[in-house]
Amino acid sequence: MSDQKTNSIAFVADGTIPPSPPPAGETGPVKWLRENLFSNAVNSALTIAALLVIYVILSKTLPWLLNGVWTTNSLAECREVLQGKTGACFSVLTERWNQLLYGFKYPGDQYWRPNLALVLLLVAIAPVLFFDLPRKLLAFTAIYPFLAFWLIWGGTILAPIVALLGFAAGAFVFQTYGKSSFAIGFFGAIVAAFAVWLIGGALIPDGASDNAMLQAVPSRDLGGFMLNLMLGVTCVSLSLPLGIALALGRQSDMPLIKWICVVFIEFVRGVPLITLLFVASVMLAYFFPPESTVDLFLRVVIMITMFSAAYIAEVIRGGLAALPKGQYEAADSLGLDYPQAMRLIILPQALKISIPGIVNVAVGLFKDTTLVSVISMFDLVGMIRGPILASTEWNGVYWELLGFAALLFFVVCYGISQYSQWLERRLATDHR
Amino acid sequence: MSELMSDRQIDRSKMQVSDEVAIEINGMNKWYGSFHVLRDINLTVNQGERIVIAGPSGSGKSTLIRCLNALEEHQQGKIVVDGTELSNDLKNIDKIRSEVGMVFQHFNLFPHLTILENCTLAPIWVRKTPKKEAEERAMHFLEKVKIPEQAHKYPGMLSGGQQQRVAIARSLCMMPRIMLFDEPTSALDPEMIKEVLDTMIELAEEGMTMLCVTHEMGFARQVANRVIFMDAGQIVEQNEPEEFFNNPKSDRTKLFLSQILGH
Repeated sequence: MSDQKTNSIAFVADGTIPPSPPPAGETGPVKWLRENLFSNAVNSALTIAALLVIYVILSKTLPWLLNGVWTTNSLAECREVLQGKTGACFSVLTERWNQLLYGFKYPGDQYWRPNLALVLLLVAIAPVLFFDLPRKLLAFTAIYPFLAFWLIWGGTILAPIVALLGFAAGAFVFQTYGKSSFAIGFFGAIVAAFAVWLIGGALIPDGASDNAMLQAVPSRDLGGFMLNLMLGVTCVSLSLPLGIALALGRQSDMPLIKWICVVFIEFVRGVPLITLLFVASVMLAYFFPPESTVDLFLRVVIMITMFSAAYIAEVIRGGLAALPKGQYEAADSLGLDYPQAMRLIILPQALKISIPGIVNVAVGLFKDTTLVSVISMFDLVGMIRGPILASTEWNGVYWELLGFAALLFFVVCYGISQYSQWLERRLATDHR
Repeated sequence: MSELMSDRQIDRSKMQVSDEVAIEINGMNKWYGSFHVLRDINLTVNQGERIVIAGPSGSGKSTLIRCLNALEEHQQGKIVVDGTELSNDLKNIDKIRSEVGMVFQHFNLFPHLTILENCTLAPIWVRKTPKKEAEERAMHFLEKVKIPEQAHKYPGMLSGGQQQRVAIARSLCMMPRIMLFDEPTSALDPEMIKEVLDTMIELAEEGMTMLCVTHEMGFARQVANRVIFMDAGQIVEQNEPEEFFNNPKSDRTKLFLSQILGH
């Protein structure tokens, strides 16, 4: 066909060459295997070694998982069913399911309350996490903590209402007086809130909780994974604003504020969390009046919040330090005052930089809530170590229980991590 | 010397200096620790003046104009801007800052906000302008600096020259009576310098009071009505541009001019 002349460089193609399929081994899985797993001798050896390791692991765990027994009433029965074969005894999960999730004292006919609180939590947290949602949903987020408190612990509805009114009064005072002077607004708000709480607290009749719409549940009775979730959500959402305040306070020009923040951060960060928890469970009682009702859950929340706020403050301080000085100067030169500059210019950028660090602290904090088992609160790990493993039926079922705990925590923490990556992508504006 | 603007006829009809005093500096001194950066500065700027401040690096030019909106604190002397004295009173400082626009060497746009949001932020929060009005005004000034089509992009997507023009528009949205320029073209590629200088010339043609720290001597010659030369923290010489460039008096000025114009 070709009529090219070999002694001339001029060339004209005499038609389009039709596409033809590539030779075998250049496409699809064969090509992928060759390029990625068997590209040279070392790579091939590593691939084979890895396959061996995977085989060994799976050959031990798969029978254990697949032979798992789900329906017996004790470990002894499991062993009877298995008759010497390897196999997990997952019956402990089904049999103690409610205890693992809600603790062993929460009244069984009231499980719908924490469940509903959990579902509503997702609704309340959505507009905070996904800011494309309508802003009006934030109103529900604002009342959610009080609603959740009432749902989970029941009792008189007056208590959460008084608490909510206190916050509302504080916000109102701050809105009214905060414009002319930040200090008057801030301290006035605190005074107003405490006034409402004291007066409102005194007005609630003593027996109000006895015949309440929702049966009162003592706060110690909530346990299991629900306790971890509640502690985690409460402490993260409280420690974030506190951490921001501490980070800004540490940068303050006012020496008193600066030193209070520095001492707080350095002290709390320098102490193991477990010590703080022991302080909460044992020593704080000495500081409160003997008849005071400041319960253990609240004391633990205060301690964990302080602890993670100190860490978050340091993470945010890193974000603040990473901002060019020009951003502060540009905000100043446009006449923005300090609160405006912080809220509109500095914090949005500093928090964006700090997201990975904050998520790191939040994930760590959530897992650290299992430490409350040491001060004999029955969270998920506390339930496993205490009532379940100590029972005659399930003494010795370690792998199944702790594996289940690990799985629950992993699911939540992986979710947090995925969210933070989405958030970083969503907020990236500095390059295309 | 730079001839970047030789192709442009400058309309001087509105460039009029009034008798009204815009800025008055009296016996101002400033130290960084024990280092005496600004020494006995006395300067009166009238409404409508276009002043170029030149000098070697480290001579205190930037520090001087940064003192005028209290980005730097002065320790001695008196600065009165637009009838308000700069003191430690935060209210006075905020008032002055909203009257005085500033353009920085590194633009300092807010990277997390769109161009339009950059321009409307201060009018909405400081001046309490309704959002719609602020946006209309922002678009007006963005058209003036010739980048209305970029309004919904983020600063990181724009070129340096475009960013600097946005920074100028952002300052103008506050309707300032005085504009300070702190080396506005020093961080730009040569081809982008022209677009920024053109914007500044237009501003001058409309009678804006301007203080520019710049190394663009072409701009000084064509637009300024006064050139101030600083060295080692003091004002060494000031004069009309023609006299300043053609007939410098002090040896230090002669040396400086020979170095920057010598090739």
